[in-house]
Amino acid sequence: MNAIDNKWIGQRTIRPDGADKVTGRAGYSADNAMPGMIWAKILRSPHAHANIRGIDTAKAAALPGVKAVVTARDITEFPVDTPVMLGIQDMRWMSRNVMAREKALFHGHPVAAVAAISEEIAAEACRLIEVEYEVLPHVIEIEDAIRPDAPLLHDFLRHEGKPSNIASTMVNKLGDIEAGFASADVIIERSFKTRPVHQGYIEPQACTVSCTADGKVTIWSSSQGQFMVRAMTALLTGIPQSSIRAIPAEIGGGFGAKTVIYLEPIAVLLSRKSGRPVKMVMSRDEVFRATGPTSGSMSTVKIGAKKDGTIVAAQGTFHIQAGCLPGGPVRGPVGCSFAPYEIANVLSVGYDVVSNRSKVTAYRAPGAPLGAYATETVIDELAETLGIDPLELRLKNSAGKGTKAAYGAVFGDVTFKETIQAIRNHPHYAAPLDRAPAKGVRRGRGVASGFWYNAGGESSAQLNITEDGNVTVTTGHPDVGGSRASIANVAAELLGIDHSRVSVLIGDTSSIGFSNLTGGSRVTFASAMVVTQSAEKVITQLRERAAKIWKIEPEAVAWSDGEARPAGANAGQFPPLTLKELAAKANEMGGPIGAGVQLTTTGADPGFATHVVDVEVDEELGIIRVLRYTAAQDVGRALHPDYVEGQIQGGVVQGIGWALSEEYLYDKQGRLDNASFLDYRMPVCSDVPMIEPVVLELPNPKHPQGVRGAGEAPLVPPLAAISNAVYDALGKRFYSLPMSPPKVMEVLGG
Amino acid sequence: MTAEMTMTDIRFLAPETLDDAISAYAAAQGAARILAGGTDLLVQMRNGVARPGVIIDIKGIGELTDIAEGADGSFTLGAAVSGAVLGEHPRFGTVWPGVLEAINLIGSTQVQGRASAGGNLCNASPAGDSVPAMVAAGAVVTVQGPKGRRQLAVEAFPAGPGRTNLAPGEIVVSFTLPPRPPGSGDAYLRMIPRTEMDIAVVGVGVNLTLADGVVTAARVGLGAVAPTVLLVADAGRALVGSRLEDAAVDAAAAACRAACNPIDDKRGTIAYRVRAAGVLLRRSVAIAAERAGRN
Ligand SMILES: Cc1cc2nc3c(=O)[nH]c(=O)nc-3n(C[C@H](O)[C@H](O)[C@H](O)COP(=O)(O)OP(=O)(O)OC[C@H]3O[C@@H](n4cnc5c(N)ncnc54)[C@H](O)[C@@H]3O)c2cc1C
Repeated sequence: MNAIDNKWIGQRTIRPDGADKVTGRAGYSADNAMPGMIWAKILRSPHAHANIRGIDTAKAAALPGVKAVVTARDITEFPVDTPVMLGIQDMRWMSRNVMAREKALFHGHPVAAVAAISEEIAAEACRLIEVEYEVLPHVIEIEDAIRPDAPLLHDFLRHEGKPSNIASTMVNKLGDIEAGFASADVIIERSFKTRPVHQGYIEPQACTVSCTADGKVTIWSSSQGQFMVRAMTALLTGIPQSSIRAIPAEIGGGFGAKTVIYLEPIAVLLSRKSGRPVKMVMSRDEVFRATGPTSGSMSTVKIGAKKDGTIVAAQGTFHIQAGCLPGGPVRGPVGCSFAPYEIANVLSVGYDVVSNRSKVTAYRAPGAPLGAYATETVIDELAETLGIDPLELRLKNSAGKGTKAAYGAVFGDVTFKETIQAIRNHPHYAAPLDRAPAKGVRRGRGVASGFWYNAGGESSAQLNITEDGNVTVTTGHPDVGGSRASIANVAAELLGIDHSRVSVLIGDTSSIGFSNLTGGSRVTFASAMVVTQSAEKVITQLRERAAKIWKIEPEAVAWSDGEARPAGANAGQFPPLTLKELAAKANEMGGPIGAGVQLTTTGADPGFATHVVDVEVDEELGIIRVLRYTAAQDVGRALHPDYVEGQIQGGVVQGIGWALSEEYLYDKQGRLDNASFLDYRMPVCSDVPMIEPVVLELPNPKHPQGVRGAGEAPLVPPLAAISNAVYDALGKRFYSLPMSPPKVMEVLGG
Repeated sequence: MTAEMTMTDIRFLAPETLDDAISAYAAAQGAARILAGGTDLLVQMRNGVARPGVIIDIKGIGELTDIAEGADGSFTLGAAVSGAVLGEHPRFGTVWPGVLEAINLIGSTQVQGRASAGGNLCNASPAGDSVPAMVAAGAVVTVQGPKGRRQLAVEAFPAGPGRTNLAPGEIVVSFTLPPRPPGSGDAYLRMIPRTEMDIAVVGVGVNLTLADGVVTAARVGLGAVAPTVLLVADAGRALVGSRLEDAAVDAAAAACRAACNPIDDKRGTIAYRVRAAGVLLRRSVAIAAERAGRN
């Protein structure tokens, strides 16, 4: 795909963390241990909603082997009337999420924690804690939570002046929505529902924490940001950031969910009280029950178009689950749903709705898949009504340079059209489809598109030349998707040396400058930028050293293929100086060679994706299988194609699960009923076909290598693409997910 | 949230004879659990559901790990034979393809290396995959305890979800599958939302014998739709004497639906399970008949 003549960028090099991972040596969160370490366990609420009248920990504390007990009293209290923001997280809610304060807000909400000399004793001590609950009526589903007579979770939340479970409202507006619909020839309005889905990372949350007598804290844990771990822990414990060192472990998946913490502040408080290192590991049950899935949703989307297919107005109303505390990803559906299209009149409104579920966390392209599910299904219906090919309809209305999006941006060189064209021109779109291959079996094809903002933000890097003339690069970003491999390619390319001579590491909070979260499709974009600038500084130093040795001007020295050379005939005749030679002379010629850059990066252009999928439906059993899937996306530049393709394929697989089989199920008492991988049905390998990524590389002019974020956009189109394909197969539309077999049979009238 | 256990407090025994196993099992007075593949037991121990003081591993006992084909064509299958070992047997899968596919459906490649039909039966899940196929096959279980040996039909073995009709101290020794008349074939199908690593929402085992196109014997086992796996005698009766005409197969499907007494739960609604039972019956009959035609 890429025409640029690069030696390492764009190559499928071996990832730096690969050997450790395939041989089982990589150190994940739960792999750490320390001398004298003790274990902590959490007591969780057995009720979905209850006032906590009192907690008596005396019996637990008296159990032999117990070293410390903590409750919400030990955690910094943030009054509910003053926001305390850390990025998009409000510490008022974070503090109440890690430990219930006034109220237990969901079944599984932490109420107390115990550290003891063994896991068994800690668990036994939890059972000895006496909590006096006043059980309250609970509410789980959005439609119940927004009813006027719904049990209210928080007396401080107001909507339209009245106490409510609607925590906030977000509005994006463009033009005149009424005039827009008045000018439409065709209007389609539909309502949709989706269920919460979990990110499903393999590695449960875990940490080891050591708080020493001098008040210094060290935290080993995996996360999507060691600096986030440090900052949140500091805020929740009152310990200054300078006294906390957060060391990132290898991470076994996060997908957005590890942009917040659950255990670290509790472990810190227990370690401080006990004077011992403390380890905590969540069980899978705890992960499902008490770490955020992403939101379920209730949406209505209305789109009006002219007969020729020009979309003139679009309106969306999105009710998004926040879980038990405010903070659902409302910005996702409100801003992203209509962003791929040039629409003059838009009204997009989102509501953040609390209910007695665990607090939601981010999940790739937070909230955007929910909005795209509704919008892209309505667009499919619109295309059918107007008799226009669904890709042509999208092309006709696609956003381009200068398009103003309802969320505020005026687009630069966006590349949505190219993703549509890539699918339209792909053999998959034209391939014949046997629509009824056997009795009771139907096949269909569907398309959908998606948008994600992408992000820049703070990143730091340090690039050092070792004394023997090799290279170490340190960044501040946990590597969840192969970012070290991409950075190694960039550093080798810029320095003109063999890839094997570059070692890429992730620094801890005390060894590298502040770096924001690995999330929002920002890390490869941002860290390639700071690493590029660091490498450029190092190359300048190397040219200066060579200039000094040759006694010529630095401008007269060029750096290429890993060595300093005279820039031209005028510079004089000198044999080249290699990186190794310059490193050997470093001390005598001016000292160690290395440079770091800390930057708030900008210029992350948005990401677009268009997908096509074929499905097969067993009409007798209601089973839907995905037969073929092709996903086109503009990634700007694939620094390491394997990990870009992996992002696309992984996003699609997660979308298949979301569309067909994954959902949070609650019983009448408000308890999660399927907190295991058996009954929370994520797709397994045999459920998904080989997913073909079509990686477009239309360089982002604002990035040194042309990178655009790649991690979020692939999870935006699948829900609607699959739903549209199922409609194509059956002639019946689904307006709620997942399209599980019993639901399919209901729709088929079985 | 889960209860804890201490692995260190457990005694592990690996007897080499059935008699040793039975006396150790009796001596433990209810504190012991039999370990075959452990793919249920270890999961239950981790969950805190099972907390045995003694574990008796039966995989070292010859009679429990043998596969023997009798001169009359019957098969005797040790209770602890793993799915993978059974799959490699040169003859078993050609004679009982339905029973084999049911056992081989359990779990994944890794699980197959351990999981046994004996464990599947003793775990007594109504959704155990091998059980409906064994019921359809007319398999008989041999059990032995302090009071000696006895035999019972597979369908008489489960007593309810997680409960069996084993007397205290009894161990399942083997399954005996009857000789196959010519023109016989069996099949097992289950409905799961995923393609693997899932638990049956409905499972149907069918075993047919045909002579000149007429069904002379038919047994149907039905799983996951009642507190125990069922033998659906009415379904078998509907097929016997027929040439598998639509009316006969429809009647058998109706009998399966009528036999269902399922629960509405996270794994499937009542309406869905009942409907799917009929669908799977029809599909299993077609496969079994096709196989019978080849034999
Ligand atoms: C990942 C995974 C996937 C699975 N998928 C499936 C599936 O698709 N279908 C399915 O049906 N099951 C499935 N199972 C459950 C399990 O694998 C099966 O039930 C298996 O057949 C159990 O056999 P085992 O030999 O491992 O039994 P064990 O765990 O050793 O024993 C099960 C129970 O039976 C008792 N027991 C075992 N043998 C005897 C004996 N000879 N006499 C008396 N008591 C005995 C044990 O004490 C225990 O209570 C799955 C399990 C896992 C972990």
